[in-house]
Amino acid sequence: MVKKSISGKGYSMRNKDLIYFDYQATTPVSDEVLRRMQPYFAESFANPHSSDHALGWHSATVVERSAQQIASFIGADGDEIIFTSGATESNNLAILGLAKRAARMNSPRKRLLCSAIEHKCVLSAGRALEDQYGFTLDLIPVDQNGLIVPSELDRLLGEDVLLVSIMAVNNEVGSIQDITRLSEAIRGCGAVFHCDAAQAPIAIPLESLAAQVDMLSLSGHKMYGPKGIGCLYICRDLQDQIEPLIYGGGQQNGIRSGTLPTPLCVGFGAAAEYMSSPMASEKRAELRARRDRFVDMLVDLPWSGELYGGGLENRHPGNISFGFKGFDAQDVLGALQPNLAASTGSACTSGIAEPSHVLKAIGLSTEQAESAIRFSIGFETSDSAIDHAVELLDQALKRLSSVQR
Amino acid sequence: MRKPVYLDYAATTPVDPAVADQMADCLTRDGRFANPASRSHLYGWQAEEAVERARLQVAELINAEGREVIWTSGATEADNLALKGVMQAAGSGHLVVSAIEHKAVLDTAGWLEQQGFDVTRVKPDQSGRVAVEQVARALREDTRLVSVMHVNNEVGTVNDVAAIGALCREQGVLFHVDAVQSVGRLPIDVAAMQIDLLALSAHKMYGPKGIGALYIRRGLTPRPQAQIHGGGHEQGYRSGTLATHQCVGMGAAAELARQHLECEPARVAELRDRLWDGIRDLPGVQLNGHPTARACGHLNVGFAGQDGEALMLALRELAVATGSACTSASMEPSFVLRAMGVPDALAHASLRFSLGRYTTEEEIEFAIGHIRQVVTSLSQAAV
Repeated sequence: MVKKSISGKGYSMRNKDLIYFDYQATTPVSDEVLRRMQPYFAESFANPHSSDHALGWHSATVVERSAQQIASFIGADGDEIIFTSGATESNNLAILGLAKRAARMNSPRKRLLCSAIEHKCVLSAGRALEDQYGFTLDLIPVDQNGLIVPSELDRLLGEDVLLVSIMAVNNEVGSIQDITRLSEAIRGCGAVFHCDAAQAPIAIPLESLAAQVDMLSLSGHKMYGPKGIGCLYICRDLQDQIEPLIYGGGQQNGIRSGTLPTPLCVGFGAAAEYMSSPMASEKRAELRARRDRFVDMLVDLPWSGELYGGGLENRHPGNISFGFKGFDAQDVLGALQPNLAASTGSACTSGIAEPSHVLKAIGLSTEQAESAIRFSIGFETSDSAIDHAVELLDQALKRLSSVQR
Repeated sequence: MRKPVYLDYAATTPVDPAVADQMADCLTRDGRFANPASRSHLYGWQAEEAVERARLQVAELINAEGREVIWTSGATEADNLALKGVMQAAGSGHLVVSAIEHKAVLDTAGWLEQQGFDVTRVKPDQSGRVAVEQVARALREDTRLVSVMHVNNEVGTVNDVAAIGALCREQGVLFHVDAVQSVGRLPIDVAAMQIDLLALSAHKMYGPKGIGALYIRRGLTPRPQAQIHGGGHEQGYRSGTLATHQCVGMGAAAELARQHLECEPARVAELRDRLWDGIRDLPGVQLNGHPTARACGHLNVGFAGQDGEALMLALRELAVATGSACTSASMEPSFVLRAMGVPDALAHASLRFSLGRYTTEEEIEFAIGHIRQVVTSLSQAAV
């Protein structure tokens, strides 16, 4: 795929006429969320840690309310929410923070487990602990549906396991894990359970998730909130066992120093409130119906195609991982530009041209993995956008096949 | 006039309306909201273009190259990355910091000390200046890094970072500067000042909270170790999705800061001096910090004989600070003033007034009247 140079005069085309099917990479901020953020940029802008004046107190109250909204969303308390710059930092804080402290305390638990389909940041935090602190990281295999095999988890668990990190919902194939069941097994052997739930808010209700895990990561920009903010839920009993990643100033109980960005906290809180609402449940159901229709239409195209991962039932309602036999995903996506935006998988690994570790872990061949396109649709996606997308795909495949032959 | 009058620009600044407009354009469905790491579509390219343009704007403000600017979540993270990144990459050795650095540097240095690194804390003089000779004396054979802030956040004293930079370069030691309080107020030229690493924060220069940057000189050895692992963003120095609107906001703020550098500091300094002239004759009043080598907006004043807490409460029409915002949860007197030799009683009775872009003459006249009235009535009550 030829990428347009980013130098020069810039892209003049407005986005309105284009179709965005990459909601799992990032969601736009909803108008309501932006409206709620707006007063905190230039008007109520005081530093929430300025305890010397009323303007600072006001900001502090606003930030606390946001933490409370997020806590309610996952079934936790406000003081168990630690704001971070995003899910990558949250995952690093959970994994490095727990393990570094445990190493310092000479804990006999020296093994870490995570699923084979975790986000890159979980895997690389685990690798860093192997390199720097002498831990062992074992990957829990998944089946072809992208689900943890319980017997495999049981086989790997033991008294020497410190931490198990498993994502609630996968970012590439959308598989939804059975957290309740995993939780029983993990807690049964005394390990700490961390759950990367960045992709979960759009997919499933979360109101009882915090009770089933010990730490949980969320990201604002995967749920119609702003980028640059996320949080780590840390259950109260565990908070003194986490070594900070960022020192200086002692904000947020010393677990994460740095000035809290009021507008981002407010936006994240507002997004959490929205995702907790009955309206979000309705939107989820609509999303699922549209997605299912989209898959049906893809299958009906005169090109041989295949849905990767599990069935549609136990999958993120906006996620489709789909390959057209004989077509490289990069070529298809390139041919669709600028009209339709989708991706080959995680945006965070972009720039590195290797087949996705997730698709390999669910047992796809290299050829299959290279054909996989991730379409992720969102609450705003209309039926007509889906119709149009299918047309565009058909045309793109026609063009590509005429070039190839 | 809006009350309370905001005189706490050193804690944070409002986002400039022009900056906020550019940010709002990168948030919603009809803006450039995409993930800048999305390489497969136009939306992603647009976001990446916006982020890279912003990176150049920040680079230009400090005379660096775009690729030398690494986005972080703020200056605290940038300071952490600089200190831990360099020391951990070196593996062992000695670190020199000034005793009046921001907590982001001091707490990080303390943590490194726990990990087995040696740390020397260089004392400032009575005006809050860290002398180059003192730094020179602290250097050892195994010193890896020196960290001295450009402008102190509590008293505003300006350090001669160019001289310290020259010393470090000559001695083969890396030099990190926390420039949070100086950027946009004083010219910064990382090349001329021989700075290797430099931490910036957007929300102290009329940009958004939640974003900062670390300048890392190209080809720096040792290469600082990443503190946040993941997708390998930011040349592997710092993983995590870039927040397009935040980067754009910091870039726009940097561009504005560059344009304002010619006139704004002089205007702010004049107002600041007027405030000082209006209250300096009050009994027991004294200036903390350097009389001349001071950033334009800072005025730290000790009110000898007053109870700091009572003074703060009585000055309810002003938003001012008793110490660095980040330590104000604790009741310890300011460690900065202590290190400068200010007695505890006076440190407790010291206030930081900090002025900025939107401070008006009217606000300063009002503040002078209010302070005079409060100090006079408190003094009478005490008698």
